[in-house]
Amino acid sequence: MILDVRQAGFCYNPRQMIFSDISFSLDEQEVLCILGPNGIGKSTLIRCLANLYPLCAGSIRLHGENIGSLPHRDVAKVMGYVPQAHEIVFPFPVREVVLMGRAPHLGFFASPGRDDYAKADDALNLVGIARIADKPVNEISGGEYQLAMIARALAQEPEILLLDEPTSHLDFGNQIRVLEIIDRLARKGISVIMSSHFPDHAFLSSDNVAIMQHGSFMAYGPAENVVTEENLKHTYGVDVSITYSHDVARHVCVPHKAGQCRCRNVQHPECVTAPKLLVPAAR
Amino acid sequence: MTAPSSWKSSSVTGISGAAARLRAMVATPALGTILVYCLLPVLFFISLFIGRYDVDPVHVIQLLVAPVVNLFPADIIHINPVWTATEENVIYQIRLPRVIAAILVGAGLAIAGAAYQGLFKNPLVSPDILGVASGAGFGAALAILLSWNMMMIQLSAFAFGILAVAITYLLSRFYRTTPTLILVLSGIIVAAFFTALISLTKYVADPYEKLPAITFWLMGSLAAVRYSEIMMVIPLFLVATAILLLIRWRINLLAVGDDEARALGIDTKRMGQVIIVCSTLITASAVCIAGIIGWVGLVVPHLGRMLVGPDYTRLLPVCLLLGACYMLIIDNLARMLTSAEIPLGILTAIIGAPFFAYLLSRRSVGWI
Repeated sequence: MILDVRQAGFCYNPRQMIFSDISFSLDEQEVLCILGPNGIGKSTLIRCLANLYPLCAGSIRLHGENIGSLPHRDVAKVMGYVPQAHEIVFPFPVREVVLMGRAPHLGFFASPGRDDYAKADDALNLVGIARIADKPVNEISGGEYQLAMIARALAQEPEILLLDEPTSHLDFGNQIRVLEIIDRLARKGISVIMSSHFPDHAFLSSDNVAIMQHGSFMAYGPAENVVTEENLKHTYGVDVSITYSHDVARHVCVPHKAGQCRCRNVQHPECVTAPKLLVPAAR
Repeated sequence: MTAPSSWKSSSVTGISGAAARLRAMVATPALGTILVYCLLPVLFFISLFIGRYDVDPVHVIQLLVAPVVNLFPADIIHINPVWTATEENVIYQIRLPRVIAAILVGAGLAIAGAAYQGLFKNPLVSPDILGVASGAGFGAALAILLSWNMMMIQLSAFAFGILAVAITYLLSRFYRTTPTLILVLSGIIVAAFFTALISLTKYVADPYEKLPAITFWLMGSLAAVRYSEIMMVIPLFLVATAILLLIRWRINLLAVGDDEARALGIDTKRMGQVIIVCSTLITASAVCIAGIIGWVGLVVPHLGRMLVGPDYTRLLPVCLLLGACYMLIIDNLARMLTSAEIPLGILTAIIGAPFFAYLLSRRSVGWI
């Protein structure tokens, strides 16, 4: 167990908790996916985990030590944080941005050496963007930027990677590519906590899923137990079907249009009367 | 570490051909480094040769090498003084201190400006963003009004410059969030306050003697600089510059944002304090010996970025050199253009503003 969160709560002012009573723990190589509607505090939770905001209640223990009492530098050696996309004003080349991930390993007056450049290049190769290493960071696409941010976090050589909606702003292909990279990192021994808006992503690449609702975890556990039709209806207010797809050998999450019936489930009266033309054939 | 070809390919969009060529040329390690690093010594000697009092160029060279050469035993090599006492005086007591001061002031304002632009994540920031120039201006104006001597005027300028920044910083501490934005706002407040105080001192000053003195001081000049003043500011100046140069890679990290920098293990508050203290000491030193000189701290970092890119490991040393060169050129023009000396603050803007406008029109700055 690397990270242990107990009854964590955060507030900007004491009367209004953003979230409270959140407890979970993270093991080596575990991928935890946090789902939840907009504005529920997923990003805030991740920032708290990265020790950017101090908790109001509870504790976050990193290797058994309270994270608030650790210097930023020591936390940064263990945890890499990938923020949501934003703009960097100055046109740093991508390699320089990735190199910044070496900061926690360098002294206050030190500049990165050959070893650090090598590690930055390794990180670039790992996420597959070595070919754009010399491009200015404000001239690359959103997907490349996200990968560059992940590479920078990897250059920190972290044990835990915190990703704040790593797939937002990305096209369909890049979303899957980022998830594959996260998968690969987990197999290499890095634990991952990421927030996402896509329940499907939880099936794609995570061990545990937490659904955040009303300022706390509404459900927490293995993806198959947590990402259920009831939970998603409760969280997002939309109907979905969770079915097992033999094609991809995992569960998939398919949203319904409003009022569309679910003919697999015969207790709906309209399903009984409607001709069963649209039932998907199981292989 | 970056091959010239990759620089070219990386600067296709947004950067004009001329700037790209210049950048590619300068990014070529040998040629570029020689170009930038040779400019300063060349300008240094040119500045000593020119001036209103006509000194024989041969005498200038002899004067300059004599103190070194004459350290050797006289029977090996010796330069006999063929120059006049006036010539020696002009070179060693007037031109040399002035040239040294120009180098210090230009280099200092440029590096302070570059550091602030990184700290505030804003390419439009200049070294007086936190009110140091207004504070120093008021300190000097007050001292002139009270008929203090030259030494006290400079000390007062220095002290009030520091005081203004201290007030700015303390004001910003009242707020817990977005400290850089609040810092800028506090700087505007403090600068406005001290500018009003400058106006007040001007208003009450004797219009025939004190008022011109205050006005000229505020426009900036290196005409009156002597060794004693240089010696006064140089220790602080060197220490602060050395610290900025040592942490220059970390200034990169601040430029990407507070939260991200902290996630990368940077104590952003401490870094901000170090940069503010160093830049303020440098700027206050420059202002107290030269008066208020704008534009250098804003324009030179951009010139540097066009030459070597935004990476502070290369940008800060280049800023030092370019700032010194820019100030030397401006000061030479101030001495030579007209029979009466033109104040520096006027020339930096008259030359700097059109030049900067030209650079902008060529879209040769990478951050637009």
